Amino acid sequence: MGGPEIERLIELLARLPGLGPRSARRAALHLMKRREALLEPLADAMTTAARAIQVCSVCGNLDSRDPCGLCADGKRDASVVCVVEDVADLWAIERSGAFRGRYHVLGGVLSALDGTGPDDLRIASLVARVRGPGDAPGEVREVVIATNATVEGQTTAHYIADRLAGTGVAITRLAHGVPVGGELDYLDDGTLSAALRARRAV
Amino acid sequence: MEWTDRGIVIARRKHGESSAIVALLTREHGRHLGLVRGAGGKRSTGLYETGTLVAARWRGRLAEHLGSLACEMVAPFAASVLDDAGRLAALIAATAVIDQAVPEREPHPALFDATLDLLANLPQADWPQRYVRWECACLAELGFGLALDRCAVTGASEALTHVSPRTGRAVSAAAAQPYADRLLTLPAFIGDPAQPAGTREILAGLALTGHFLEHHVLAPLGHRLPAARIRLVDRLRRSSYVAGTT
Repeated sequence: MGGPEIERLIELLARLPGLGPRSARRAALHLMKRREALLEPLADAMTTAARAIQVCSVCGNLDSRDPCGLCADGKRDASVVCVVEDVADLWAIERSGAFRGRYHVLGGVLSALDGTGPDDLRIASLVARVRGPGDAPGEVREVVIATNATVEGQTTAHYIADRLAGTGVAITRLAHGVPVGGELDYLDDGTLSAALRARRAV
Repeated sequence: MEWTDRGIVIARRKHGESSAIVALLTREHGRHLGLVRGAGGKRSTGLYETGTLVAARWRGRLAEHLGSLACEMVAPFAASVLDDAGRLAALIAATAVIDQAVPEREPHPALFDATLDLLANLPQADWPQRYVRWECACLAELGFGLALDRCAVTGASEALTHVSPRTGRAVSAAAAQPYADRLLTLPAFIGDPAQPAGTREILAGLALTGHFLEHHVLAPLGHRLPAARIRLVDRLRRSSYVAGTT
């Protein structure tokens, strides 16, 4: 069909989430038709990103600098740390604009199936961050555990809470319950029972 | 080929972007895997969480094929224990043990019933005793049942305090005395649910069942005790569980 370069491009695009071989072919064709407007700028952007992006040594976020923009931002509340599973979760919370503290990205969750244990996650660095250097108390006062409301996510949350016990910081987690715009009739039983258990005075 | 059955979600492995290979412990078809398309979608939220009881329909062109599963939720057991670290650890430990120890497609209705009973009663205060008794039932169903009704040495049925780690047979206090350091402790609540049990008894029970699970069930399969079960023991060791208070 095309040369090996085109085949290679299609093969790589097909590995992206949301793209299969057919849609990768369409994307490749689209890029090649818009060589100057799209293909070359995209290639440049990807090369630059590949060179510049690194994992923040403080929180595990992805950024072009270390510490990342969120950790270096002096306006953010350093006394509250939100623990998330993945960078995608950090982005989701940032999109909401509801949190002005700092983050800590675990890099996954405890999983018996996948063989992911505590040593495979960034839990030790979280504990060190909360404890602070030496004997001096750290600046963190609250840790918000924002792992997913799944069995593995909550197992990880309980494990982190155990590890942070005795540090003196407040440990909180996200609420489970009815989503905004959610209709009770369409909610699954688990969410509904969690929402009932977490009911509060009006 | 097609069948319908009740099943407990034991494990879910991501397959591609939106599908998953789900392992169920079904009543009539044993531990059975199947492909679930769209398992990560909004419609499936909570449905394929470990420990959920589902009504399952399996379809495959041939019986030996992986086939596909379509499930409807019956009871979201996991949702009721998500906030409780100990109970959640017990749920994960039980499903992890099943995932590793139970052969695929071998019906174990008694194990299904015992697991269903455990999950339904996890909110009860005596969940640790129930968990230990569930492991005893699991061992029995897998062919390594403990013989705890009479002493292997004297034949006595009273004052049974230990178990032989080799044979799984009970030993009375008197007969066990010379070998106590080489025997496993038999907590009274295993034989008699009315007996009280604190952290020490629960840990002794878990050490007893863990020994047979590890050496007689999992080791021949090339497995070790699942990390989730080890974490359950660690959690109970750190807590000071008193019967009827949690």
